Amino acid sequence: MAKFEKANSVEEWLDQRLAINKVKKVMAYEYWIPKDINFLWAMGMILAMTFGVLTISGIFLLMYYKPDVNLAFDSVNYTIMSEVGYGWLWRHMHGVAASLVFLIIYIHMFTGIYYGSYKKGREMIWLSGMLLFVTFSAEAFSGYMLPWGQMSYWAGMVITNLFSAGSLELNGLVEWIRGDYVPGDAFLTRFFMLHVLLLPLVIMGVIGLHFASLRIPHVNNQEGEDFDFDEEAEKYKAGKKKESKVIPFQPVFLSKDVFVMGVFMIFYFYLVFYHYQFALDPVNFDPADGLKTPAHIYPEWYFLWSYEILRPFSKDIGLVAFGFAQVAFFLLPFLDKSPNTKPAHKRGKAFVAWFWIMIVDMIVLTVMGKVPPVSPFNEIGLVAALVFIGLFVALPIITKKEKAV
Amino acid sequence: MNEERRDFLGKALGGVAGIGGIAALYAAKRSWDPLPSVKAAGFTTIDLSAAEENVLHVDKWRGKPIFVLKKSADMEPNDRDIVIGEDRFHVSIGLCTHLGCIPAYLPGEEKFKCACHGGEFDTSGQQTFGPPPSPLVVPPFKIDGTKVVLGEAGPEYEQMKSAGITA
Repeated sequence: MAKFEKANSVEEWLDQRLAINKVKKVMAYEYWIPKDINFLWAMGMILAMTFGVLTISGIFLLMYYKPDVNLAFDSVNYTIMSEVGYGWLWRHMHGVAASLVFLIIYIHMFTGIYYGSYKKGREMIWLSGMLLFVTFSAEAFSGYMLPWGQMSYWAGMVITNLFSAGSLELNGLVEWIRGDYVPGDAFLTRFFMLHVLLLPLVIMGVIGLHFASLRIPHVNNQEGEDFDFDEEAEKYKAGKKKESKVIPFQPVFLSKDVFVMGVFMIFYFYLVFYHYQFALDPVNFDPADGLKTPAHIYPEWYFLWSYEILRPFSKDIGLVAFGFAQVAFFLLPFLDKSPNTKPAHKRGKAFVAWFWIMIVDMIVLTVMGKVPPVSPFNEIGLVAALVFIGLFVALPIITKKEKAV
Repeated sequence: MNEERRDFLGKALGGVAGIGGIAALYAAKRSWDPLPSVKAAGFTTIDLSAAEENVLHVDKWRGKPIFVLKKSADMEPNDRDIVIGEDRFHVSIGLCTHLGCIPAYLPGEEKFKCACHGGEFDTSGQQTFGPPPSPLVVPPFKIDGTKVVLGEAGPEYEQMKSAGITA
């Protein structure tokens, strides 16, 4: 057994038993972040904080929500919204944060793509991040079922039908997922379980993996500069703070990070208090009815782009294209054959064009996913879906030709 | 320490834990299966004598909408029709075969149109436009006078099934 001496403070007492000073050093005070970064590098902590906001608001909703097809709708729209003190606040916070978290995820993703932060040893950062995107998507979908309104029911119907895999007609699998012929009580209760327990556990685990994957390759910087972190850390510790290319996570990096988080929070609460409607679809204020499809079914804005890739094709081809869209971004580190870990504007015209066409295409897909399926939107959507697939086919070719800079 | 013995113990432990794990997975799979009560509540009887021509009647079977359309003389007869005396009826599960939305019936144009992705079906439930890969599904039925019992497969249904004109 280790020798314990009388501690002179609570901190010392804890340090003897838990090595808290060592933990603080490793996790924060001597966790080194490059200096040459901008506000886009704050998105990760914003996401972590938003996940915290979702967890806390979710805990309060959980206390009054009833996962039963006869009770769910009223427990949300009556009990929580008008009986529970400040119940409306938790619901609006939860809904708005669920929507914004995807906006920040997309910014975070495209920052990574622009600066080449998925290359040369950073592949696991990208892959674990994409895994988070998928689990967050499942979390959002399962949460969307819970108010048991018309959009909940019909989104549940359409998305679970995807698992019949088109002409393979795997109806048994679909009924197994639902626990019924149609989304019903078993379906609601199991998606409730997924939403409040299993998926949050998975998300927390993958967040841990995502953070761990940053340790060895370190955070990328604005120029993609490759330097020795240990050397730069020594300089900083020796007092040559100006010369050193790194800063400690706490307190230096966080001080600016917290500023960006503050700006985000102002924007977030502005939406929560004044513009929460965008996150609460009016159709979902009609109770679920299995005998009436809403005139127009569309997912929340953050799923529209991939929904639009499904839509313009025949059933089987649409499913294959949709499946491709879901995994395409996972492949990025392996499709990008360029030797450069540099920001897009330093990598040559071809990659810059690829990047901006991708952004514009995803915006077009998003808009087309929202409008009714009629001409000319169908045709525009088809072209945009083909462009999306084409961009991933073109990526290895254009990056292979890229000159080393 | 005897390496061989440790090896054996490791394999034995792994084997027992593996079998337990597989058994647990099977139990988990079975827990997600539709409950017997859900499966048992699966029969609906519809009286067709009340139907009017070119007016869609929607019923419910196993939580799914059922389309009942009495065909008028100008609508093309089809092998998928349920024939009772002189009258022909189109009876199908009212879920689009693309992704399961409920198509709306447009009596003027005499067709079904799905709002989700624009798929269309004629009055026999055959897909005529858009992404639906197959006709509307005819549910298992048994004719009983002027009534049909859904959920039970009668000879007329078996015949359709063996002819491959319904899924």
